[in-house]
Amino acid sequence: MQTKNAGVSRGKTLWTLFSSMLYISTFTFGGGLVIVSLMKKKFVNELGWIPENEMLDLTAIAQTAPGPIAVNAAVLVGWRMGGFLGMLAAALGTVLPPMLVLLGLSACYELFSKNRYVALMLKGMQAGVAAVILDVVWGLSEKVIGSRSPLRIGLMIAAFIAAYFLKVNVIWLLLAAVAVGAVSALITQRRNTHAD
Amino acid sequence: MLTDLFFSFLQIGLFSIGGGYVAIPLIQQQVVDRHGWLSMAVFNDLVTIAEMTPGPIGINAATFVGVRTAGVPGAVIASLGFVLPSMVIVTLLGWLYYRYRKAQLMQSILGGLRPVVVALIASAALGIALQAVFGSLRPTLASADWLALVLMIGAFLALRLLKWHPILTMLLCGVVYTAVSLLFFPG
Repeated sequence: MQTKNAGVSRGKTLWTLFSSMLYISTFTFGGGLVIVSLMKKKFVNELGWIPENEMLDLTAIAQTAPGPIAVNAAVLVGWRMGGFLGMLAAALGTVLPPMLVLLGLSACYELFSKNRYVALMLKGMQAGVAAVILDVVWGLSEKVIGSRSPLRIGLMIAAFIAAYFLKVNVIWLLLAAVAVGAVSALITQRRNTHAD
Repeated sequence: MLTDLFFSFLQIGLFSIGGGYVAIPLIQQQVVDRHGWLSMAVFNDLVTIAEMTPGPIGINAATFVGVRTAGVPGAVIASLGFVLPSMVIVTLLGWLYYRYRKAQLMQSILGGLRPVVVALIASAALGIALQAVFGSLRPTLASADWLALVLMIGAFLALRLLKWHPILTMLLCGVVYTAVSLLFFPG
């Protein structure tokens, strides 16, 4: 599918999948969408493996399926780039850091959760996490607005209000988006047949 | 014991649709109420730790509960149970997507989904930003952490305009925050 990687050996792709996810997963706090934002930066912008729209589609699928968004997104990207082994490499890279950290902490978690330096470091990193995800949002919403499609811009604003202020469940929002997309397809189709 | 762990976390994985905050009550139900693997107090500690450490809360919980009840094999089996259902389902959905994404109807549906995904990421971003600056989702002037706000804006500009590396930027924020806090508020 991707001619860019044709010359690169399969082993290298698997290693890049594993090490990228290991790295992202180790340093990412604050929920699945933060990891997805970093994955977008890595696989779309840095490596050029996946087009931006496809990454958004994979994010939607990762959210629709049960289970952690981060692992789901890693599974999809891994599968896309390296088949079954790619999926395993990416999933392992995502799961390993939190497992190792928790294994280490389960013995001395009281010391960790009450340590002042740890708390300060985490507080500062949270500001950095916010900046990273805001940066990704800025880039993505710029493109939606740039499309000049009233339907898309309207959907984005409505979904934001529904998700943030009205706390509507993510699954309903995604289903509603599917319905809007399907209806708009039918309307276009009808218009085209009338035009013929 | 290992079978119990596996199937409990399989259920948690299968039913936690829509992110970490859906998973927490499911984990509590299985781990505290049903099997008594953890007391409520330790469970609350676990939630705090999960928020302070990287990775999905389900993996954190599976590892923590697994290692306490059945050692390292328990941690591995519980985590495996947790990710297995989503791996199967997401692969299936991915297969459908790559098979039909060129179809006209699918194109239109995806065109509707993408702006909604952007909105969901934006909603998460606003929540995280408020949490970082105000320590809660309700901003008040008194609770503002000006240092965090300055760092956040600085980091955003560095990422956007200077294309700084995201993870290094995050770590730098942590280091600067710690250093400045200790310098001005020692003790």
